[in-house]
Amino acid sequence: MDISSATAASPPPGPGDTAAPVERARPAGRAGDRVFLALSRGSGILLLVIMAAIAVFLTVRATNALSHNEGNFLTTFEWSANSTPPVFGIAVLAFGTVVSSLIAMLIAVPVAIGIALFISHYAPRRLATPLSYVIDLLAAVPSIVYGLWGALFLVPHLGGLYSWLNDYFGWTGVFEYHDGAARSLFTIGILLAIMILPIVTSVSREVFRQAPKMHEEAALALGATRWEVIRMAVLPFGRSGVISASMLGLGRALGETMAVATVLSPSFEIGTSLLDPGGGTFAQNIASSFKESGELGKDALIASGLVLFVLTLLVNGAARMIIARRKEYTA
Amino acid sequence: MSEVTMDQPAVVTDRGPLPSYTLHQPRLPRWTPAALAAAAVVVGCGIGAGAGLDSHIQWGLIAALLYVAGMFALATAVEGRRQAKDRLATSLVWVCFLVAVVPLVSLVWETISRGATVLDGNFLSHSMGGVLTIQPGGGVYHAIIGTLEQVGIATAIAAPVGLLTAIYLVEYGRGRLAKAVTFFVDVMTGIPSIVAGLFVLSFWILMLDNGYSGFAGSMALAILMMPVVVRSTEEMLKLVPNELREASLALGVPKWRTILKVVLPTAIGGIATGVMLAVARIAGESAPIVLLVFGSQLINNNPFEGAQSSLPYYIYEQWAAGNEASYDRAWAAALVLIAFVMILNLVARGIARWKAPKTNR
Repeated sequence: MDISSATAASPPPGPGDTAAPVERARPAGRAGDRVFLALSRGSGILLLVIMAAIAVFLTVRATNALSHNEGNFLTTFEWSANSTPPVFGIAVLAFGTVVSSLIAMLIAVPVAIGIALFISHYAPRRLATPLSYVIDLLAAVPSIVYGLWGALFLVPHLGGLYSWLNDYFGWTGVFEYHDGAARSLFTIGILLAIMILPIVTSVSREVFRQAPKMHEEAALALGATRWEVIRMAVLPFGRSGVISASMLGLGRALGETMAVATVLSPSFEIGTSLLDPGGGTFAQNIASSFKESGELGKDALIASGLVLFVLTLLVNGAARMIIARRKEYTA
Repeated sequence: MSEVTMDQPAVVTDRGPLPSYTLHQPRLPRWTPAALAAAAVVVGCGIGAGAGLDSHIQWGLIAALLYVAGMFALATAVEGRRQAKDRLATSLVWVCFLVAVVPLVSLVWETISRGATVLDGNFLSHSMGGVLTIQPGGGVYHAIIGTLEQVGIATAIAAPVGLLTAIYLVEYGRGRLAKAVTFFVDVMTGIPSIVAGLFVLSFWILMLDNGYSGFAGSMALAILMMPVVVRSTEEMLKLVPNELREASLALGVPKWRTILKVVLPTAIGGIATGVMLAVARIAGESAPIVLLVFGSQLINNNPFEGAQSSLPYYIYEQWAAGNEASYDRAWAAALVLIAFVMILNLVARGIARWKAPKTNR
């Protein structure tokens, strides 16, 4: 049965009974075909099994941890999974993860749209091609290098900016800053923004490039300025693509580990100020507290990892769904 | 909108040079943006230095703000609202570009300038055995060994699986299974590396009770690598013209031989590129290594037994040691890692150019 479905890609049989000899010639390769199909389908199934296994194993270890937890997993502001009795909760981690990723999105998405437009519509062609190469290369810089740069270069340079923000916007509470190393959630947000910039840019750029040329030329012929062309012909076409690109970036930002672990100075409190050090993220907490963890402590970390897994699954799934719907729509 | 922005029509030239200001809109001279940008930078630096702002980031932000505002005001005054909006968009796009380039240039510059001070033959050929973190000296040899072995094993696992999955999706894939695989490959691309690490931890180390080893790290890296290989191989196989498959099948060649002898050789350049890009991606992963390989100061050539190190982990470790000598080593290791990843990327792109499938046949 599988063989017949597999040959559906072969050319349609010609008129008359020319199809019959082809059918008869087939058995020679049938054993090979069957093995090859089994191998390739097996690999596909293996991928599904791995995904299922990730979910199952994380859930099993997580339930073990949760059954020993003396605190409330969702609302406790503490992570003492190794003490007896173990008390841990993800409130601070969830807050830190979401806030730092949102800051990253707020900074990165407009800038990425700008760069994508720059490459697709503004830059001279001689500049545009090498530039998109460079952007792709930057996506390959390892996250730990961003972390090192963030901790040793960015943090000392942000202190001045933060004091200025404190002077003028400190009254809001959000931008309150007391002198000290700027190893805060806001710094993480800036660093994550730099890190997700390449992926958001390259996906948006592709979408903008696909905008129908006829629409753009029609708008230009009517006397529209370049900005009006972009606003009327390019951006509406690319909207869903940009949304899904941002969500892919958001998925990256949510799960980023080492850059956050090197830069943030963690604490298990939620303060109103984003500029003062403190807070934590799921991934950072796992990496930072892993080595001091015992058996139950590791299970507790796995429980928090499961939450992160589900979170990124939802965000990425939504992004892919938008892309898929758009493909059907444009096809 | 009644403004006319076209150049003077041909009729006018017949009657000689008439004043054509009714058809022309006043335009700013072409050098305006450059001049304004220079002025903005000067004024920005002036304000920054005058007000005693010690962060150069602020100087740049002030200059950028001045430029955007100045350009908009100038264009509104001279060229009208629509053109001013266009100028505003153009300058914002340029500013976005510069804002993005600055940190990236700074990152590369810092890594190269600070890494090059320690990087030499000694650094590449020695481990950290017997070297205190506060001492200068020591090297990265054990980490390079670890990275090469872990990434090699991960590639050996992930590349065949990814390749076969892609073949399944492109050549055979129909129906619900193929759809499910496609969707979950996409989802898998977004798995955070730390989650892959936690999975191998719970399965290989906590349940099967194996120790920390390079191989455990390789499994997590393979999980991260598979979807990338599938995606890129799939794209490349789709580029192979259907006529080639049809010609081969029409000659009576079985499908599996068609795939092995016709389809794969046509796309091999692109596939190699995809695999190398995937290798470059996982070579920089440090989160699973922290959980599974545990890190070591010594040379361990056996990836299946005992803790190893790896380049990204080494950077983290040296950063965490927190003194000048270890910071220097961290930068040097970062330089080695970036060089490794960039060389892989460039070679991969070179192969892609050189062996691009000839789609115009």
